[in-house]
Amino acid sequence: MIPVLLILIPLVTGLVGFFLKSVTGAKNWSLFSSLVTLVISLWALTLAKDSELLHTDVAWLPDLGSRFSVGMDGLSTILSLLTAVSFPLIFVATWRDEYRGKSWNFYALMLLSQAGLMGVFLATDALLFYFFWELALIPVYFLCSQWGGERRIAVTFKFFVYTFVGSLLMLIGLLWIYSKTPDHSFSMKSFYAMRSVISAKDQVWLFWLLFTAFAIKMPIWPLHTWQPDTYEQSPNATTMVLSAIMVKMGLFGVIRWLAPVLPVGTWAWGDTVSGACIIGMIYASLVAIKQDDLKRLIAYSSIAHVGLMCLAIFATTESGMQGVMIQMFNHGINILGMWIVVDLIERQTGTRKISQLGGLAQTAPVLAILLVVVALANVALPLTNAFIGEFLLFSGVFTSTATQFGVVFTVVAGLSIILSAVYTLNMIQRVFYGSTNTLTAKVTDIRLNEKVVLVAIVGLILFVGVYPKPMLDLTKETAEFILSKMNYKL
Amino acid sequence: MANLVWLVPVLPLVGFLLTGLFRNYLSKGLTSMIGCGMILAAFVVSLLIFGEIRQAGAQAVTVTLFDFISVGKLSIPFAFLVDQLSVLFLLIITGVGFLIHLYSTSYMHEEEAPQFARYFSYLNLFVFSMLLLVLGSNFVILFIGWEGVGLCSYLLIGYWFKNLEFGNAAKKAFIMNRIGDLGFLIAIFLMINKFGSVDFSEVFSKAPGTAVGYLTAITMLLFVGATGKSAQIPLYTWLPDAMAGPTPVSALIHAATMVTAGIYMIARSHVLYDLTPVTQTVVAVIGLATALLAATIALKQNDIKKVLAYSTVSQLGYMFLGLGVGAYTGAVFHVMTHAFFKALLFLGAGSVIHAMGGEQDIRKMGGLRKALPVTSITFLLGCIAIAGIPPFSGFFSKDEILSAAYGKSPVYYAIGVFTALLTAFYMFRLYATTFMGSFRGTHDQEHHLHESPPAMTIPLMVLATLAVVAGFLGIPDVMAPNAHLLGNYLSPVFADVNSGGIPGDTASGAELSRVAEWGLMGVSVLLALIGTFVAVSRFSKKPELGEPTGFGKVLANKWYVDEFYNAIIVRPLGLLATFLVFFEKNVIDAIVNGVGKLVQYGSRQLRLIQSGQVGGYVLLMVVGIIVLFLVELFIKK
Amino acid sequence: MPINYYIFLAVTLFCIGVAGVLTRRNAIIIFMCVELMLNAVNLLLVAFSKMQFNMVGKIHPQAGIDAQIFVFFIMVVAAAEVSVGLAVIVMMYRNTHSIDVNFLNRLKH
Repeated sequence: MIPVLLILIPLVTGLVGFFLKSVTGAKNWSLFSSLVTLVISLWALTLAKDSELLHTDVAWLPDLGSRFSVGMDGLSTILSLLTAVSFPLIFVATWRDEYRGKSWNFYALMLLSQAGLMGVFLATDALLFYFFWELALIPVYFLCSQWGGERRIAVTFKFFVYTFVGSLLMLIGLLWIYSKTPDHSFSMKSFYAMRSVISAKDQVWLFWLLFTAFAIKMPIWPLHTWQPDTYEQSPNATTMVLSAIMVKMGLFGVIRWLAPVLPVGTWAWGDTVSGACIIGMIYASLVAIKQDDLKRLIAYSSIAHVGLMCLAIFATTESGMQGVMIQMFNHGINILGMWIVVDLIERQTGTRKISQLGGLAQTAPVLAILLVVVALANVALPLTNAFIGEFLLFSGVFTSTATQFGVVFTVVAGLSIILSAVYTLNMIQRVFYGSTNTLTAKVTDIRLNEKVVLVAIVGLILFVGVYPKPMLDLTKETAEFILSKMNYKL
Repeated sequence: MANLVWLVPVLPLVGFLLTGLFRNYLSKGLTSMIGCGMILAAFVVSLLIFGEIRQAGAQAVTVTLFDFISVGKLSIPFAFLVDQLSVLFLLIITGVGFLIHLYSTSYMHEEEAPQFARYFSYLNLFVFSMLLLVLGSNFVILFIGWEGVGLCSYLLIGYWFKNLEFGNAAKKAFIMNRIGDLGFLIAIFLMINKFGSVDFSEVFSKAPGTAVGYLTAITMLLFVGATGKSAQIPLYTWLPDAMAGPTPVSALIHAATMVTAGIYMIARSHVLYDLTPVTQTVVAVIGLATALLAATIALKQNDIKKVLAYSTVSQLGYMFLGLGVGAYTGAVFHVMTHAFFKALLFLGAGSVIHAMGGEQDIRKMGGLRKALPVTSITFLLGCIAIAGIPPFSGFFSKDEILSAAYGKSPVYYAIGVFTALLTAFYMFRLYATTFMGSFRGTHDQEHHLHESPPAMTIPLMVLATLAVVAGFLGIPDVMAPNAHLLGNYLSPVFADVNSGGIPGDTASGAELSRVAEWGLMGVSVLLALIGTFVAVSRFSKKPELGEPTGFGKVLANKWYVDEFYNAIIVRPLGLLATFLVFFEKNVIDAIVNGVGKLVQYGSRQLRLIQSGQVGGYVLLMVVGIIVLFLVELFIKK
Repeated sequence: MPINYYIFLAVTLFCIGVAGVLTRRNAIIIFMCVELMLNAVNLLLVAFSKMQFNMVGKIHPQAGIDAQIFVFFIMVVAAAEVSVGLAVIVMMYRNTHSIDVNFLNRLKH
């Protein structure tokens, strides 16, 4: 019931949105829709874990063995909550952004992508998952290619081809596994039972069919080059969706559809993938230091953070797994805050070049304070949410028994903590400190709508950072369940 | 009473929130009242707790507030540990903190009201973090405070954010601290891995059965954290730069409290250090080397705050020497006395800077004795205390460390005593150049010279009194048996330390004879006096005004350590980053785009087959059919 | 008459048709060659149909009738094709004043 509503509301309101033909109408409509989704998502939090409202299972494509089956466990709940929280924040924060042409289509497409994302996180049927995976991608393609920056056509094409190649490989993998299921079913249960049916040899190559898709989405080094370009060229609201939520699709995919289904393959390639993650973390952090465009800087910082999360999945430990689930939420919230600040700066000064900015702390003191809190969360300072996440992630990797390099991984990956401080503080200093110039002198401080959003984000950052217990309780059972499936050895 | 300990950090937190959130609405007077009042209230609560905990037989209390992180078997409560050590630090932090807050109300008076409130909110936040650090009952809560004070230090060093130079100093402090913090964090993970807990009591009770190698790794990594926070070799270079912050900040954070966090942490985990002699040696050697190195640099500095900064680094080195030789009480004692006299010296320097209109170069001062009588006298008392001349406080604490060091190795003692000589020398060089002789500043400055208002001089007088008398809390056994009040007070905390004379100090090797101990004291006092007299006689009339040459130039340039770090770490990293940006664009992205180009090229070639000539298509079709026939006929069979 | 004769004749006609389509540029002649190929197939179908009837006609009176029906279909389709094709050629002539197929490469550009 609830999962269906979470998918249907944005889907239907999105389709209606195409016919609104009015900018303010579309803005109000989309905000209203996303708020309703948020309320329902919060309602889901209050229900007991075995409530019938949290699961729906109806016939969809009976001949193929695929059912419209959606459900909410800890992992789905936390990610659908992230989706539900992010969209109203994005709509409010970008209220003053203007889009050329038929801008109501922009809002309609945003809602459609929300429907797709919800479906990805809630589906408990492999074909349904794939269906929503593609559904989430298509609106984003149009959003970027219609309202993006100067190089949008080339960049969106690259983005689309990149992710589509991954999707196709994933489809082949899913179909292969499906063909081997005894009952010819796409259901999560049959897929999870396959871990003992598929031979170790097959798991080893199947792993890459699925993982490539997820790795591109995350993205994992060296498959990451679409990301900075796409973030840079997309309209800001879309960038927020891409980085706050879409990136989590890859991590989610690994946790839900790869690790428990192909545990032997996951275990066999664990060190390889972890190595790529670590190279990516250090690499992206170093490249971030040299970026002049705020959006590219945040993009590379995101690559580093996601690398750590992926690393922890392959560590196969309780704290690592719970850490990933919590950190997915935290990272989404934090990076949203960063983008909102960038959006504000760009709208007022017309530039995102760090070298052209400076002294904003004098003209926009409230913005500066809020950004500093968000940025501190980005460097995982204690009592911010990211500290909880990263502490669990690192301790998960460190104590991992799935790899013998846990200590090495932690130490090398730990260097990114230092590097993240370097680029984040550099950014704060060069954008906010120092004296103003002609571009930044006329900047006004944030207005009510942006203040509300940023205060909400800061509130979430501090709440989870000081009192993470609700989050930990929410994810505990699911993490244990996934781990019990992953600990299978042939 | 101990159950109300949560009030102590919460009060400054409330102060932070009030002054931070309403900074645009508060007048300066109201801000001062909130800022100072909260710290004073916290001090009073701490005093009450102290009254309870100082009684003989008082037990340490753990106050659990809520469940912080609990994953799998690991459970980390948000809990405070109230024992003699943490309460002593509570008193130092809130007590000295209050005096410095009071001083700041006058020192920062020229700031606009919102900036003034911002300053006080940061300062309150710092006190909150520092209290969290000393109160935490496990390593994670300690780490939270640990990073929190680093953040406040960053914010306060960069308080005048319009100046990018200050911003760079703030950044440097934060990043160097982060390097140490990584070590700390990995030590925490080692503990989780081995003990399944980060709780002090649990870790310490399980430690004795653990392999020494493993413990050595933990203690070494913790010490890496301490070198960052407490400015020891190799991570000390941020502290002198941190003097970019307002002077009261330097007094509070970079002299009295934050930089002693490393000493607190090692004293707290002394059980681990006692089990790992290798680490103890490393701690002692690093401490000693830092003490000596920083003292040599201090000889040639001309910025009043830089001299004090290097002197702080040097004194911190003494404390680590004390920890390394097992004189935990001695180290904590020195933390306390140092908090008094160094805060006094910094505040005095602030008063001087205030009077000089922002001038910090001592070559442009001189003869300030007449214009600033209170500052001058209190500063002199501070100098005597730090120089280690009896009966001032520095003498007792330094001597306790030195005699313990002698017990370990006479070499430690020799270097320590030589550093003490240097300390006396550079401190009196500073005093003589600043306060004696004749005034060398501009006419405007001379006209402007004035004694600071009472809000600044009262803290100076209180601290001066403390700097003079605090030493009597730790009278060595050789003077009066069992008169070491501090040692007796701390004895429950350091109960397991093999105690010779003073509780909490190991007396390794042979017990020193009374004669030897008097002798050691005599030597150090004599050297301190020599240093003092040489400095005063040399610099009171003819201060060094020119640029140093030869070896002096090396010292004035801090042994070129910053340049060295730049060359071996900062620049290579920058080059690597530049290379990676190049690599990203020309290798990884080029491969991706290359695949795309290849597909496009292939399509362009294939397109040529579509000539538009119908005949061509038909020919291809016929050829295709013939090939199929041939395949059917010859190959399939 | 042995079936081989019919097969050789049909194949010869078909190859002439193919060769004509490939080599000639005049649309009408290509058209005629296509008809030639169709008729070669028709011839073959009728021949096989007769052969089948001769072999099993005693038992199955309907044997081979399918092929003959096919032939009628092909003739109908061929007639329809001729009408459409000739119409195309007429249009082509009106536009280009030529019935050379090599002029018909506009799709390429």
